[in-house]
Amino acid sequence: MADTESTTASMSHAPVSDVRNEVKKPKKKKVLLMGKSGSGKSSMRSIIFSNYIARDTRRLGATIDIDLSHVKFLGNLTLNLWDCGGQEAFTENYLTQQRVHVFSNVGVLIYVFDIESRDVDRDMATYVSIISALTQYSPTAKVYVLIHKMDLITMHAREAVFVDRVRLVQQKTSEYTQAAGIAGEVDLIPFATSIWDQSLYKAWASIIHDLVPNLSVIESQLGSLGTIIEAEEMLLFERTSFLVVSSWTSEEGQHNPTGDRQERMSNILKHFKQSISRFTGTPRNAEQFTLMEHKAGTRFSMFVCKFTTNTYLMVVLPPGEARFNSARFNCEIARESFKFLDGAASGPAQGQRT
Amino acid sequence: MTSRLRGRHVFGAQNDERSVQAEENAPTPAQLNLTRLFEQNQERQQKNMAAKATEQPSDGQAKGKPRLLLMGQRRSGKSSISSVVFHKLPPSETLFLESTARIQKDQLPSFMDFQVWDFPGQIDIFENPTFDMDAMFGEIGALIWVIDAQDDYMEAVARLNITILNLQQTYPNIKIEVFIHKVDGLSDDYKLDIQRDITIRIQDELSDHGFENAPVTFHLTSIYNHSIFEAFSKVIQKLIPRLGILEAMLTNLCRTCRFEKAYLFDVTSKIYIATDSAPADMTSYEICSDYIDVIIDVTEVYGSWPRSDNYRGALEASPWSQKIEDQVASNWAESCIVLSDGNKPIILREVDKYLALVAIMKEDSYDKMPLVNMNVEVIVQGLKEFFDITKPK
Repeated sequence: MADTESTTASMSHAPVSDVRNEVKKPKKKKVLLMGKSGSGKSSMRSIIFSNYIARDTRRLGATIDIDLSHVKFLGNLTLNLWDCGGQEAFTENYLTQQRVHVFSNVGVLIYVFDIESRDVDRDMATYVSIISALTQYSPTAKVYVLIHKMDLITMHAREAVFVDRVRLVQQKTSEYTQAAGIAGEVDLIPFATSIWDQSLYKAWASIIHDLVPNLSVIESQLGSLGTIIEAEEMLLFERTSFLVVSSWTSEEGQHNPTGDRQERMSNILKHFKQSISRFTGTPRNAEQFTLMEHKAGTRFSMFVCKFTTNTYLMVVLPPGEARFNSARFNCEIARESFKFLDGAASGPAQGQRT
Repeated sequence: MTSRLRGRHVFGAQNDERSVQAEENAPTPAQLNLTRLFEQNQERQQKNMAAKATEQPSDGQAKGKPRLLLMGQRRSGKSSISSVVFHKLPPSETLFLESTARIQKDQLPSFMDFQVWDFPGQIDIFENPTFDMDAMFGEIGALIWVIDAQDDYMEAVARLNITILNLQQTYPNIKIEVFIHKVDGLSDDYKLDIQRDITIRIQDELSDHGFENAPVTFHLTSIYNHSIFEAFSKVIQKLIPRLGILEAMLTNLCRTCRFEKAYLFDVTSKIYIATDSAPADMTSYEICSDYIDVIIDVTEVYGSWPRSDNYRGALEASPWSQKIEDQVASNWAESCIVLSDGNKPIILREVDKYLALVAIMKEDSYDKMPLVNMNVEVIVQGLKEFFDITKPK
């Protein structure tokens, strides 16, 4: 369905060159979420996009067939998320009867492996057949491989187990591409994830990162704002998911030894958002706070404020009362030049993507 | 004896001591007066206690660190409690704790340096003559008895009764706190039924033996929510000398600044050691304690690595032309979050290494923040003086 809709759209509108209309109806690329049944696809999706906490995901039942959802992200960007139930009968169906329907016009495939799976060979076989269908109908799609439930592996063994599994996946992929005679490698991006820590945010922030248009503009603007207010680090969060959309770090800030700080901040703030919703009794998806500031004496100061309609901005500053206050004012002023994030001026974005 | 001796020369004003005192940190006359009053009260109290319990060394309680004894049947959850509350173990991981074979003694560096002793459930200390009772119960603060509410608790209650009866004869000052534990998942009615049943069984037994109004308190707890912290808070509060004054200070702050609720937290254990007189509810405690977590986490990421000298130099150069130390308004951590719901701010202020003041403010009061900060500063100074005077000498 989606396929036919978008082709007709481009056919009828392109000749007229009605840019406005094209902006309003952007060609939505699919994001496919696939993997074996029970590997944690729906849990993941609920945590990132529906503000579930990890504990709550136990209540989720099995996904039947395909769960289609349109996730609004940053106002104008809609993710066309296809959560595909992983039971064998369904997978069989995707690969045969619905093959065209499912695998055409895919922007991103997220394939989830359960690290605890007992039948790795079978997983790999399913994976390869899905990759073959994908390369057939959407050869340009990006493939993310998430090795999930990593919390079940003991701390010191995690890295080794992960590397090992990724190597296996890559090997299978290249075996397939060589056999099928496809030129060039399928671009795999692997992540080790778990819903119980911040690793999930890292993977999804990176996936989202590729889907947000105009990213270079956002980054350069954020950079110049950061330089002006003498910030150490700035993170731009999406409002509901608290995924990091964009970030900027000063030269000094890059010495920060905490490598996973972006996803840690996402995790911390999102968790606290849920605490607030328990306190106020407001729905979890609602906006929970407008401003948070913290001045840690002579060490650092930071604030997180509502920035544009769909984003929060977090700024880490060196200590200093005057610096802090002027930074707050400057961010207020800068809000105006980031308005385009909310969607009105998405014209160039479309141009870039197509 | 040392405590009184050392205490005395603060206001005894010996000639040789005076100069040193003045150099260090001259106490104001008001401070000296407060100290003197406190010492007098303390002396009177100790005399009373000594009269009641003749075996007890007269100043044992003032000297030693308060001790919390965790006792109860095996597998009732004692070690889980101490790991969750004092070692920040996630509750789900307590499944993997081994059973305790010998007494586990934990020193906790916190505002009042208390010790936690975790007893193995299978040992009955009263039947075993090798235990030195005086060493165990001599300086005790509180005895926490853990009862598994999801199990048959008759045996636990019977053992608790024996323990209380034994202790009441020799150490009548011991506070006994009963944690009716693992109540998560039980319905509210059922919880209260269990609590009533246990309370009656214990009080009947005690009054049969002639102990009316024994100092036994009951708490419903679970490690899967904040109730265990709440219960510990109440236990600890009983061990704080002059708690009433702390509470009065916080109540005063709440009135002048129009706070809804203020808590004084021990940052490491998330136990609150005092709150204002407004009724405490679980949700406000939860949000305050979670906010402390957020600040700790953020500080761990951004406030724990050293910046280079060049960077510091650049920050102190023009247009600021001031030392970093002079650029900040306060040397202590100050934080605030404004909730969307009714624009309620929650503020946090570091008091000292171990304590933090967290308060929930009224709607739309963010604009008054500078004034509030000044008031909070005054209270914080007062709290510091309080702890200075009352700390065990």
